[in-house]
Amino acid sequence: MQEPFASAIAANRFGLGARPGELAAIGSDARSWLRAQLLGAPPTLSSAELRSAAQILADALGLRRQIQAARRADAAVTAAAPGAEAAANEVQKKLPQFLRPIYVAEVTARLQQAVSTERPFLERLTQFWSNHFAVSIDKQFLAGLAGSFEREAIRPHVLGNFSELLLAAETHPAMLLYLDNHLSVGPHSPEALRREQHQAQRKIGINENLAREILELHTLGVGGGYTQTDVTTFAEVITGWSIGGEGGRFAAADPGRFIFRAELHEPGTKVVLSRRYRDDGFGQGAAVLRDLARERATAHFIATKLARHFIADDPPRAAVERLAEAFAHSGGDLPTVYRALIDAREVWVQPLAKYKTPADYIVSSYRGLGLPVEAGRAPLAPFELLGQRTWQPGSPAGWPDRSADWDGASALIKRIEWADAVGARLGSRCDATGLAPELLGANLSEPTRLAVARAASGAQAVTLLLAAPEFMRR
Amino acid sequence: MQRREFLNLAALAAGGALLPARLALARADGRPTRFVLVILRGALDGLAAVPPCGDPDYRALRREFALRAPGESGGALPLDGFFGLHPSLRFMEQSYAARELIVLHALASPYRERSHFDGQDVLENGSARPHALQSGWLNRALAALPARREAGVALGQNVPLVMRGPAAVTSWSSSKLSALDEDTLGRITDLYSGDALLSARLADALAANAMAAAESADMEMSPAVAAPTAGAAAAKPLAVNARYAEIVHAAAGFLREEEGPRVAVFDTSGWDTHANEGAAEGQLAGRLAALDAALATLRQELGPAWSDTAVLLVTEFGRTAALNGTRGTDHGTATVAFLLGGAVAGGRVIADWPGLSARALYQGRDLTATLDLRSVLKAVLAEHLAVPGRALEQSVFPESAAAKPLRGLIRS
Repeated sequence: MQEPFASAIAANRFGLGARPGELAAIGSDARSWLRAQLLGAPPTLSSAELRSAAQILADALGLRRQIQAARRADAAVTAAAPGAEAAANEVQKKLPQFLRPIYVAEVTARLQQAVSTERPFLERLTQFWSNHFAVSIDKQFLAGLAGSFEREAIRPHVLGNFSELLLAAETHPAMLLYLDNHLSVGPHSPEALRREQHQAQRKIGINENLAREILELHTLGVGGGYTQTDVTTFAEVITGWSIGGEGGRFAAADPGRFIFRAELHEPGTKVVLSRRYRDDGFGQGAAVLRDLARERATAHFIATKLARHFIADDPPRAAVERLAEAFAHSGGDLPTVYRALIDAREVWVQPLAKYKTPADYIVSSYRGLGLPVEAGRAPLAPFELLGQRTWQPGSPAGWPDRSADWDGASALIKRIEWADAVGARLGSRCDATGLAPELLGANLSEPTRLAVARAASGAQAVTLLLAAPEFMRR
Repeated sequence: MQRREFLNLAALAAGGALLPARLALARADGRPTRFVLVILRGALDGLAAVPPCGDPDYRALRREFALRAPGESGGALPLDGFFGLHPSLRFMEQSYAARELIVLHALASPYRERSHFDGQDVLENGSARPHALQSGWLNRALAALPARREAGVALGQNVPLVMRGPAAVTSWSSSKLSALDEDTLGRITDLYSGDALLSARLADALAANAMAAAESADMEMSPAVAAPTAGAAAAKPLAVNARYAEIVHAAAGFLREEEGPRVAVFDTSGWDTHANEGAAEGQLAGRLAALDAALATLRQELGPAWSDTAVLLVTEFGRTAALNGTRGTDHGTATVAFLLGGAVAGGRVIADWPGLSARALYQGRDLTATLDLRSVLKAVLAEHLAVPGRALEQSVFPESAAAKPLRGLIRS
């Protein structure tokens, strides 16, 4: 193992970027430093500002009902007096006004945690899983729920078993809303039959969105051996996985919480991936998830993604196989997989194997320079400028994880632009020359060291440090 | 920052080798041609965008979201009598009437599964399989043409797969780099001199910025260029959303430049309409209207260059023929593509229509593909950009002999 580089790899590729003193603290035993972070319960994020998804969703659903009522009232008014002002427009603004501050508080808390944590490897793993089970704030309500989803469904399970993490993610209201499962209805469910008797015009039925993405993105992976029939049947299996307080006849149960609605569930024994599942309501879908977590294809898919994130864009096959083996043998025990990763020889070979994502770049800058996480909307700005808004990957596949996805010419310019602004803000209050070896360790090249040391000003020195090739990578 | 300074900086970054050779992509008659590729990510519902109003099975499949026939109130816009256009696509309708739009229906890439991400990979890599190639067909096509300093530009921070590969391309999005001190930029350039990736990216970015700055300086000098072209599209202000406005403005700027790239790419998302898709109004209608307005703006901003332009809109696959249980559509197979512009031999719908009867549907659920997208791409690249046929068959679309070019899409 290339010892001089090990501490920099641990702090910058496994962690979230070295803080001053971190490389010295890691010392000569980078593996132990990483392993120690896997001990003890994962930290929870809590503050008065951070409310539960159920509370947020209950309030949001209440606001939506107000908006709908105002629309109906408007329709009546407009019918009587065409051209009358729409009162609903005013009410309609309430929802984003309610959701936006929640998003700001959640992003701020997440950034604060990433910047200050003493267990940055664990925090990176949290972000990895949050991105694996991606939700995106461009769907209604998700701006208010993405943060609580990560706190409630991801954080508590990052050191647990994959099957627990999977169940927590797929039954969280944010995921059900994001992939439409609360709308999906079994075509032979009691509710569908009732509608048929009343000859309702609008047909109701399956929405296969969540079922497909569980198979394709969360467990087996796209080549994982499932068919269109598996997707459709699995979608039937999870009909009834819903959210309380949707309004109308579905208002039963606590608003904003997961509920299994038997009246929407497609009855009957089902076959998914050649296995039979008898119908015991919610348990049927939970059993499919348990089996999916144990599939060899799932082990391989997760191993590949972890290896891509922690080793290289195109990770060595042998390393992937060993991680998959650790996953399969341990029955999906995540700390066992993480330890196999730490023990992989391939990790320690190439010091700067990964190009940082914008979020990596921003967080490592905050950590390295000790930038304060300010109040208000300021923490959102760099993510927006650099093209990676928190919890907005825009698709359930999450953010991509290869250099070519992030190393565009214009994207580089944005980083330099931001580095320049940070330099201007810090000026000579920051000793960039002294910081360079603290942040980059053995990766600090002679040209970078000289460029920072010979900068024309303190501000320019900071800019050059952040723009340096070895700071663009991890 | 003034144009001259920008050019100096760019020259500095490019090691003085900035000035592009005068090798414009040109048609046989010598006029330069422009090509814009728009990728609609998320799988556009072709049966909603271009409803087959004359198909006897259409109405039952789309139920309450079936669009009324052209001529009826709130109905589809007229195309050829059998197909209609979604009522949000007003500029497309005008383009069709002006014989500048070809609608291609029941087409698909070679991909036959239903993953967005693999579907987009095939759409962009130009082979028949996901991840079979690490570069994009458009870049490989540009690589088969005489070299230019910047052959193409991606509007966005990063370059999408379709544009990645051996040919020199860049990406561009609005930037405040002009605020950056020239000395700092010079030092960063030096710092990157030993780093192949970063030095190339920085040089590309500075060249693109120089071009954008030069373009906006030209615009200030001759406001006539920016004036809307005649025609109904210019008659009323357009509701273009801010992101589209910035993108099409920049794309037009690059393409108008004599020495600039001749190919531009951008992508849009939000087409994955699983629930509450809407019909004449609603979710999809809003997105189509914004896209349509963006295209109208692109035409305005290109001015006279529009007559040498072809714009192609493609998506990774279509959606289920029937509405699903949540008033939306799930992942499907065949869909539509649009080819429009002054260079297009338009006013036609090209479709070998397979029908929508239960027996005609692919796997009993999707519109069946009767046209290979690569037949369209080959024809556009050959007729519009003069990419040699040999390159098209070998490097651009390997193992695609069965997909014969669909000749005659571009005006001769």
